[in-house]
Amino acid sequence: MSENQAAVSAENPQFYLTEDHHPENSTMLGFWIYLMSDCLMFAVLFATYAVLGRNYAAGPAPADLFDLQLVAINTAMLLFSSITYGFAMLRMEKGDKSGTLMWLAITGLFGLAFLGIELYEFSHLIHEGAGPQRSAFLSAFFTLVGTHGLHVTFGSIWLVTLMVQVAKHGLIEANRRRLMCLSMFWHFLDVIWIGVFSLVYLIGVLG
Amino acid sequence: MSSHPQAPAQESAHNTHHGHSHGHEAAHGSFKSYMTGFVLAVILTAIPFWLVMADVLDNKALTAGIVMAFAAVQVVVHMVYFLHMNSKSEGGWTMLAMIFTIVIVVIALSGSLWVMHHLNTNMMPMNPEMMKNMP
Repeated sequence: MSENQAAVSAENPQFYLTEDHHPENSTMLGFWIYLMSDCLMFAVLFATYAVLGRNYAAGPAPADLFDLQLVAINTAMLLFSSITYGFAMLRMEKGDKSGTLMWLAITGLFGLAFLGIELYEFSHLIHEGAGPQRSAFLSAFFTLVGTHGLHVTFGSIWLVTLMVQVAKHGLIEANRRRLMCLSMFWHFLDVIWIGVFSLVYLIGVLG
Repeated sequence: MSSHPQAPAQESAHNTHHGHSHGHEAAHGSFKSYMTGFVLAVILTAIPFWLVMADVLDNKALTAGIVMAFAAVQVVVHMVYFLHMNSKSEGGWTMLAMIFTIVIVVIALSGSLWVMHHLNTNMMPMNPEMMKNMP
């Protein structure tokens, strides 16, 4: 393609762009800016937690509540889902539809495992009387971790939707673009989770 | 695309299909870069969990500092190896958006903590008697 163009421009030079501007390139930038705005929302929730995280109202503290082994398993689930999504993207680059679908399915299973463990943890806390209405610490905790969990939930729904799309229409340009967007979303959620397990769970249990 | 058996053939088809794809190829990683990121992420996750769960250090403030430092490094690892962040993608606009976001995040976090810390320390101390008479 570039040789063709070089040949053309050698005999009659063109002083304007011969190619259209590709709109799919700006989708990534737009989605990135959405992620950054999501990041700001999480920053506010983190700030809320950082301010209120020690206000136990004579209720339970993080060291009484959190089971770090469960959190470690949860972290592993999200990290595994990140790398398997990466493998799905590599299969997509090779144009391997069934491989892409397989790795997407594995990613979805890890995501569901993460959500299952988190819901178990939440129900356990609420059952113990440590629900969001117990203290400012628990309100901030449930808001922050719950918002992250909601993001993973919607990401999983998006993932299933894209699996159906890829199965039906194959790895067409539109589906590649969508998979790229979900890739950024999914890895972004893992980045947020680093902040959650470090600030909320590990430093919380430290006291 | 799946009709092309070889990767190079597929790659050239990819390029002609896209026309010019500057900054587009930077958005994809290789198997090696994903694995590097994954191994680094596992190490950077395991060490803080080990520090807290095994109660390795006596100094809690030091442990908290180390945990936050590892978190910061892991965020960078994820940005580089999983989100393929670099200064050239999208002509530098993703980097610019991220720098702007980091500035706002730092202002929001440090400002909240600073203001609320001063609010707490400057409040009149309250004893249980006063607490009982609260409305």
